Amino acid sequence: MNKVFSRPKSLVDIPFTYCPGCHHGIIHRLIAEVLDEFNIREDTIGIAPVGCSVFAYLFFDCDMICAAHGRAPATATGIKRAKPDNIVFSYQGDGDLASIGTAEIIHAANRGEKITVIFVNNAIYGMTGGQMAPTTLEGQITQTSPYGRDSKTMGMPIRMCELLSTLNTPSYISRVALTKPSYIIKAKKAIKKAFQFQIDGKGFSLVEVLSTCPTNWGLSPQEANEWLDKNMIPYYPLGEFKNSEEVS
Amino acid sequence: MAEKVLMKGNEAIGEAAIHAGCRYYFGYPITPQSELTAYMAKRLLKIEGAAFIQAESEIAAINMVYGTAATGGRVMTSSSSPGISLKQEGISYIACAELPCLVVNMQRGGPGLGSIQPAQQDYFQATKGGGHGDYHLIVLAPSSVQELVDLTIKAFDLADKYRNPAMVLGDGLLGQMMEPVEFREKKNADLPSKEDWALGSCKGREPRKVVPFNLDPYELEKLVAKIGKKFEKMQDEVEYELINMDNPDIIIVAYGTVARVARTTIQKAKQEGINIGLIRPITLYPFPYKIINQYADKVKHILVSEMSLGQMLEDVKLAVEGKTKVSFYGRTGGVVISPTEILQEVKKILK
Repeated sequence: MNKVFSRPKSLVDIPFTYCPGCHHGIIHRLIAEVLDEFNIREDTIGIAPVGCSVFAYLFFDCDMICAAHGRAPATATGIKRAKPDNIVFSYQGDGDLASIGTAEIIHAANRGEKITVIFVNNAIYGMTGGQMAPTTLEGQITQTSPYGRDSKTMGMPIRMCELLSTLNTPSYISRVALTKPSYIIKAKKAIKKAFQFQIDGKGFSLVEVLSTCPTNWGLSPQEANEWLDKNMIPYYPLGEFKNSEEVS
Repeated sequence: MAEKVLMKGNEAIGEAAIHAGCRYYFGYPITPQSELTAYMAKRLLKIEGAAFIQAESEIAAINMVYGTAATGGRVMTSSSSPGISLKQEGISYIACAELPCLVVNMQRGGPGLGSIQPAQQDYFQATKGGGHGDYHLIVLAPSSVQELVDLTIKAFDLADKYRNPAMVLGDGLLGQMMEPVEFREKKNADLPSKEDWALGSCKGREPRKVVPFNLDPYELEKLVAKIGKKFEKMQDEVEYELINMDNPDIIIVAYGTVARVARTTIQKAKQEGINIGLIRPITLYPFPYKIINQYADKVKHILVSEMSLGQMLEDVKLAVEGKTKVSFYGRTGGVVISPTEILQEVKKILK
């Protein structure tokens, strides 16, 4: 009998530590499938962030390093410049990439570092127990916006893909979601493209994945998916923001 | 023998780093060490396979160092006091991950934005850890441009030997002054291979993980204990210079720029019939406690002089164990101590 579905080789065969309904597991799997399909697992160095996905270093079956909070793009830069023949990706949440690490992501993108960034945006701080993120939606209730995010004093949620797309140097910037099978197929394609850009030596690539946090949103996994569709996608439109191949 | 060339301190560090095989530099401009950043740009951007990046911040720079160090590349960053403060989180990560790198601090007056003139006010930060957690840097304190060269090369080797970040602790005066230096033929230090831990391609081996944390307290305790053992071993690396130590009336303990000044004080004092000895620590971590303790038995007075409110002073007192009297003379804020000031202080003490 033909085996049509199995665990990607690039994922270590241990259970994830993520909450039920959280999208980290799907995202890990998609990255691992891409590493398998390109046959680059043995040449890949991954960077785990600070946050729930700090444990990503356990799950990917390639060389991994844990970066300081927000600094993954700088650490990735140091690795890639010393090992230009390796494939380097960072995996970062919204607090990591869009708050404490804003400077690092903007400048790595602007230098056109030949790295791939997977940016997981779930509009909240997960590991610390549900505080406001720079991507938390207006009116959204969190531990540190207990009366809802008030744009008058807390600003508006930051759209990182749009912000980074104002730079000339990044090669590929895309936003995807995972709430439907059709979205997941598109997300996989985007991640694959992002790695393809790096394999071809073309420059900085980033995929933002809209993601759920049922635990800290206080919703069931199904409700969380529905909330993401209804509230996040209208504010964070899906699609490609930058694709240097099409531009040229 | 290599030819002597006249070089500015900051640039000499850069050339020494390249001489030592450093091919990766990440930094951010700050006075009074910016010539070093510029020198590395000039040199490394012309070497194939090397990397120079003017980072967006000192924080980014040290985290780039962390990345390159994890791949086994010989890598450095440099800055001056406020910039070194910004790097501390990254340095702590590098120490926890047991990776080698060089951090150069050409100190300036502090605290805060302070001044841009030379100072020695970062001694505590340099020798006692600096960032969070239990760790030490290997700290070398040059007092001439030639020593900036020699100790930069040595710092890379010690960092590799112990898989621990090393620091060259100079100051704005050493960085700005020019002296003739030579780049001696490199001795092949017997250093451990990086092949068994560096990140890269995992073909034919298990994937490696550089993980500067452990949520299991007992496991983290084991890691901290392992790091602690290295600091015990490092005590073998103690280095110091003894000057005019034949039955002195008083001993001065000073490092770096102040040690230079104290040499002149010794000459001046001789003319007045006062015999001053000098113990100059070259390694600030590990600190030469033993030799200071031995001389504490032989002399009635030790004078510690620093361009600070008295930081190394605490280590000297620990070394002396109350066996003799310890005084202190310091200037801060970027004021360089003069030989006459130290001599006056000596006379006051001996009166």
